[in-house]
Amino acid sequence: MSAMLIRGGQVVDPSAGVDARRDLLLKDGRVAAMEPPGKLAAAAKQADAEIVEAGGMVVAPGLVDIHVHLREPGQGYKETIATGTAAAAAGGFTTVCAMPNTVPVNDSVETTRWMQSAERNPSARVFPIAAATRGSMGEALTEYGSLKAAGAVAVSDDGKPILGEAIMHQALAAAARAGLPVIQHAEDTRMTAGCSMNAGALAFRLGLRGMPVAAEAGLVERDLRLLAELKGGRAHLHIAHLSTAAALDAVRRARRNGLHVTCEVAPHHFVLTESAVGEYNTNAKMNPPLRAESDRRAMLEGLLDGSIDCIATDHAPHATHEKEQEFERAPNGITGLESALGLTLELLHRKHKVSLSRLITLLSTQPANLLNLRGRGSLVVGAFADVVIFDPGAEWIFRAAATRSKSSNTPFDGWAMLGRVRMTLSEGRVVYRAD
Amino acid sequence: MNFAKAKELHRKSGAALPSVAVPAAPVCSRSLLSVTSLGVEDVSAILRLATLLEAEDPAARALRLAHRRVALLFYESSTRTRTSFELAAKGLGADTALISSQSSSIEKGESLKDTGITLRALGAECIILRHLSSGAPYLLAQATGLPVLNAGDGMHEHPSQALLDVRTMLLALGRPQDAPGATLLHGITVTIVGDILHSRVARSNALLLPRLGARVVLCGPPALLPDVAQELGPGITIERDFDRALGRAEVVMMLRIQKERLTGVHIDLDEYILRYQLQRERLLANGPRAIVMHPGPMIRGLEITSDVADGPQSVIEKQVQNGVAIRMALIQRALAPEQPPKSLRAAPKPIPRRSSTPSRKRGGS
Repeated sequence: MSAMLIRGGQVVDPSAGVDARRDLLLKDGRVAAMEPPGKLAAAAKQADAEIVEAGGMVVAPGLVDIHVHLREPGQGYKETIATGTAAAAAGGFTTVCAMPNTVPVNDSVETTRWMQSAERNPSARVFPIAAATRGSMGEALTEYGSLKAAGAVAVSDDGKPILGEAIMHQALAAAARAGLPVIQHAEDTRMTAGCSMNAGALAFRLGLRGMPVAAEAGLVERDLRLLAELKGGRAHLHIAHLSTAAALDAVRRARRNGLHVTCEVAPHHFVLTESAVGEYNTNAKMNPPLRAESDRRAMLEGLLDGSIDCIATDHAPHATHEKEQEFERAPNGITGLESALGLTLELLHRKHKVSLSRLITLLSTQPANLLNLRGRGSLVVGAFADVVIFDPGAEWIFRAAATRSKSSNTPFDGWAMLGRVRMTLSEGRVVYRAD
Repeated sequence: MNFAKAKELHRKSGAALPSVAVPAAPVCSRSLLSVTSLGVEDVSAILRLATLLEAEDPAARALRLAHRRVALLFYESSTRTRTSFELAAKGLGADTALISSQSSSIEKGESLKDTGITLRALGAECIILRHLSSGAPYLLAQATGLPVLNAGDGMHEHPSQALLDVRTMLLALGRPQDAPGATLLHGITVTIVGDILHSRVARSNALLLPRLGARVVLCGPPALLPDVAQELGPGITIERDFDRALGRAEVVMMLRIQKERLTGVHIDLDEYILRYQLQRERLLANGPRAIVMHPGPMIRGLEITSDVADGPQSVIEKQVQNGVAIRMALIQRALAPEQPPKSLRAAPKPIPRRSSTPSRKRGGS
């Protein structure tokens, strides 16, 4: 296989404690060496490496998104694994974890393997998250051991929260035995029937039924209680797309009590508020919904103080005709893979002065660690040659029409972004190169 | 996080974020989707136009929009609003086509957007929409680029009802229709009673009346009137005690409990009747001079008794009558905002041909 020398860039790799100018030599899909500038010239020549000049660029471990919807099998009109991972590559992501709400639901070894097949023509590594219960019906557990052996990295009934207390208890215990986290979409759907945005004054004025904060916080608290009952086991609960200050507080308390709970936040939940719904903009409709300004700030604080473990996009492509419907009928979700880095750099790095190293921790190192993705989210020697090269100072305008995704349901069309991806490498292969 | 950092964060995030790119397609400015898009002087102009049109010779009036095409697109049943809009359009000489969700391709699953584009292709120049879903008129207006008149959308708004209510109040109170907009209802208290939560009429009135100088008092049980209703805008207060709310009111507007929209809300009807029904003794004791209104349909014996609905203080029939004048004004405004009466013209205006792409795609998708 070929070799590549990425020369003169600022390597930011929190897993190795590096934030310095380094040259990076990639060989046979792995990181072969990382050394101060110039030191790898001979080794690169010997390996006949392609030279990539990265002066002025940040060279980081490829980003890791542990929450995406790739829609295959079954809904190829919204997205395919090929198009979804092409969007990932364009956004700097080299690893994506695909939720199981496909058609059929990914609750089997066969589907789990099918999603990882090279025949899907992926531009990034896909790790399936398998359904926690059969058909995500919340009744009977799936086979966690064999799903893990087939490549699943977590179990979740994302979008169909596990409401039953007994089945959630079983899921946490069984997943602990299998060494898998349980990812919960925390929404008590008994409180959200017919709701299409955040509860509050705006929902009232728009005549829309609102999802109360308590629907999220209540289920998080219930799950944390179950987790506490299992204490002593190795159960790991991960809260998907946290959106409320109340739920974040519950997570903080549980951590202080030593529970193994982690959480993620989506860029839209620390960038936007419910006001983005405006005049029924269906590209501002997602679940959990955009919340109040106080919740948005709480998400930012959680990212800054470390109580939120990682950023995940909840990339949820939908066809144009599905979003061009009455607000209450339009499906939930927005695309996110190509706007996540630009938004995060703009808001966290430029505006809130979060260091690049911390930012890569949130977008790569920690999500990889959370789901035990060995050799991902790191540029130490021997790790996979998953690399993103981006220009941290480049300003650009995000255009939904230019997306690699099959869908363009984003509220960020026309937004100014910071930090342009120049090249993305997946296991040493160039999967994205800016024109 | 330390305190200083948290404070700094609050300060910074208070600064303006980049504004959200609103879906690109523009709404035709002659639409009426929400009362919030009307300036107070627009309200005055609509009231004046309604008076003028009502008084005009019917034969001359029928030349104003002769053979212009107005589509009435109704996804929900309606007696008053539909008939009233239809008579208003016909009174101006327009041709009308009624499309209801039964007996049309809507039943076969055609989307609202495609239905709108189809009507536009058939020559509709204005669409009057009644829909079950809040916000649907925005989608239709963006998809077609045509003037759209909201004839009631879900729990959101019913702007023409609020305007006809204003006209009715002014006539009943003996106030001029042509005062400056912001003073039209100066000093008047309007009490709206009942199922505020599910009522588009309540929302449109509560959003409009305070801007015309009125005070709005909302009254009802918490299940049908959440505290958050007070945040609709300035000039709105909540009074749970009906007798007290009635005592303050020059105008009392009763609302029906919308059984079809109650989801998970359980109302004890006996208790409700006891506390919130408008009946003769209560009215005489607490609001002997108050004007009684109801947007209809009424459930006699529930929110209102017959002796009150048909009594001397009731202007419920007047509301219906005023609906036609207001809707003539809205249709005239939508189709020929600046035109003088056409009574002097010899021939009706030919139907203008419309190029096919006035609307840009929404959301950049």
